[in-house]
Amino acid sequence: MSDTVQNYVPGEYPDQPPPIGQRGIMLWLKTNLFSSWINTLMTLFSIYLLYLIVPPLLNWTVFDAVINATSRAECREIDTGACWAFIANRINILTYGFYPDESQWRVNLSFVLLIAALVPVLFDNVPFRKFGLIYAVAYPFIAGWLLLGGLGLEPVGTDEFGGMMLNTIVGVTGITFSLPLGIALALGRQSHLPIVRTVSICFIEFIRGVPLITLLFVASTMLNYFLPPGTTFDLLLRVLIMVTLFASGYIAEVVRGGLQSIPNGQYEAANSMGLKYWQSMRLVILPQALKVSIPGIVNTFIGLFKDTTLVLIIGLLDVLGIGRSSLADTKWNGLSNEVYISIAIFFFIACFGMSRYSIYLEGKLEKGHKR
Amino acid sequence: MSTTTADLDADSRSAISKLWHNREARSVILQILTMALLIGFFAFIISNAVSNLAAVGKTFSYDFLGEPASYDINQTLIDYTSRDTHLRAGLVGLLNTGLVAICGVILATILGFILGIFRLSPNYLLNRISYAFVEFTRNVPVLLHILLIHGIVVHSLPHPKIAKDDFNIGDMFFLSNRGVYAPKPIMEDLFWFVIIAFFIGIAFTLWFRKYARKVQDATGKIYPVFWIGMAAIFGFPVIVYLVTGTPLTWDAPVFGRFNFQGGMVILPEFMALWLALSLYTAAFIAEIVRAGILSVSHGQWEAAAALGIRRGRILNLVIIPQALRVIVPPLTSQYLNLTKNSSLAIAIGYMDIVATLGGISLMQTGKEMETMLLVIAVYLSISLLISAFMNWYNQRIKLVER
Repeated sequence: MSDTVQNYVPGEYPDQPPPIGQRGIMLWLKTNLFSSWINTLMTLFSIYLLYLIVPPLLNWTVFDAVINATSRAECREIDTGACWAFIANRINILTYGFYPDESQWRVNLSFVLLIAALVPVLFDNVPFRKFGLIYAVAYPFIAGWLLLGGLGLEPVGTDEFGGMMLNTIVGVTGITFSLPLGIALALGRQSHLPIVRTVSICFIEFIRGVPLITLLFVASTMLNYFLPPGTTFDLLLRVLIMVTLFASGYIAEVVRGGLQSIPNGQYEAANSMGLKYWQSMRLVILPQALKVSIPGIVNTFIGLFKDTTLVLIIGLLDVLGIGRSSLADTKWNGLSNEVYISIAIFFFIACFGMSRYSIYLEGKLEKGHKR
Repeated sequence: MSTTTADLDADSRSAISKLWHNREARSVILQILTMALLIGFFAFIISNAVSNLAAVGKTFSYDFLGEPASYDINQTLIDYTSRDTHLRAGLVGLLNTGLVAICGVILATILGFILGIFRLSPNYLLNRISYAFVEFTRNVPVLLHILLIHGIVVHSLPHPKIAKDDFNIGDMFFLSNRGVYAPKPIMEDLFWFVIIAFFIGIAFTLWFRKYARKVQDATGKIYPVFWIGMAAIFGFPVIVYLVTGTPLTWDAPVFGRFNFQGGMVILPEFMALWLALSLYTAAFIAEIVRAGILSVSHGQWEAAAALGIRRGRILNLVIIPQALRVIVPPLTSQYLNLTKNSSLAIAIGYMDIVATLGGISLMQTGKEMETMLLVIAVYLSISLLISAFMNWYNQRIKLVER
């Protein structure tokens, strides 16, 4: 009796835990899933939706999937799910296209060097960033030498480029060259010179008004007519030019948004310091405007990278083009879902990564403006 | 002698540099230079084009548009046979582009708004499902979506022989790898009255909305505009339909020897393109809707509630008008993107304008320049039209600042 009843001095009564419904998992469930009858209904609906989608998907992709097989018939004999053996069989061509096997180390090396060039550009807290930036500027030339050959390396024609490598080349080149062009166009659109402004507006609106695919058709069918007779241009180079022009139109609009967000006082202040037009742009306006437009620029780049798949329509074999043409193989007939889903995962990783980076940047920039 | 030339030099140099340092003069010089460069560039490419065309024995003319196209198109909204002209083939293609764009915009808007609202839902599961769907869809190229869905439709749906028993919805709809077969409506003459009734309903609703607003402004009395509008737009035509003696019959597809006969078919190409474009664009619209609703500050909710307005009416009168202002401009560019992305139809053989005029007509006549210019002009005018309309709409709902 004496050990069950305890008397406490007022104020020293030990804290009791909250009721079971007010803490931990129960509280979370209650507020997030069952807060009202409509919420409960939605939870049940979601669970039903997940039940419909997730188990069959997991079965197909993982539990019933086949990794080792030599043909579709063999896959079907083993199990009913996805036949990943096909992808394993084609992974080399999906990655490198028709690049000669013995030279594939060059592609790998340029990819590693690309990452090394990207790090100092993307993050400003890495050591020796200045040298890294100089190297990043030199990178396109190094990569061009590595991929195309010459100067001691076996030359490889651009018609042998393909697969994910081609997507990466088109994407990275487009991104690198469209940024300066886009900035120039944005400045042209904001210019006080009526002719320069009109030309910039016409170019930007034209580019943004037509689908990329028509521009690629122009590159593949029409562009030769516009060049001096007798000159021929590499198809990949023509595509690169078109993709760059296309992306620059979109970048220009993003940068224009940034320029318009800069208050007039900044322009006036730069003028009153006696800075010339280019000096005021370089030192005062652009650093601020570009900072504001970085998330938009990254979004344009994501769009550009996704659009690199369109080159398959004019006959370049990018990763999707190779995947699609490999479906015609009679041994592996009818495995389109496997091929397209693997390629979708590749693009998802690349683009989701970029969009996460853009969110990280947005957070960082916001901090810069908070006091 | 030498001194005079030096003087002259110095004089002329200073004149040029004076000109260069004069703001107005410089801007004129720069513009003349730009103009000259531009004209030079165009002269260069046009002269190249002329000599190149002459070298391969081609002329620049649009005469080919009047010649017979001599190819078939699998989906035609207007009458078309292979004996019709290239111009008509292009028109069929343009209508197909329009069809998929309009259907896509409607479905994408509905899906996008639903996903965007789910994304804001306090329900954790719904929120996460919507997030996963949006992120996966918008980070994968739209061409890949089109090919994937086309592959699923063609490879996973059964042949009509099996579909007639297993994928049969009430003997009316059949899902097969040759497309979705559905009953085809056959209108009798009296059905026109129903259509007229429908438009009268819309006109009445628009007028009634204006009238109701006027009454509300004057007296504070609120009419149930939504329900009366619904009754006018849908109820009135139904009554007319019944009164005129149901002048609409359905021609259901019937399985013949090898395939379905009669009815109406939605081709797998159209389905794949439509679904892929709608899903892809819906993911972007969902993010736009979410951002738009989040942009209305919480104080607006509280202020409206403090005035004693009901929840539904708060949404209708306070939140949505403000959110729309943020939503509409990016929504426009998504609609434009959808229309432009419909040109990817060529990858799966849906006959839009790029596939007819810019594809088969181009191959048959060898008129690369003419066909491509025509296709580009068509897309440019569509884009400019949509953006002009949206600018007008935007202007209308813009915040009026004093």
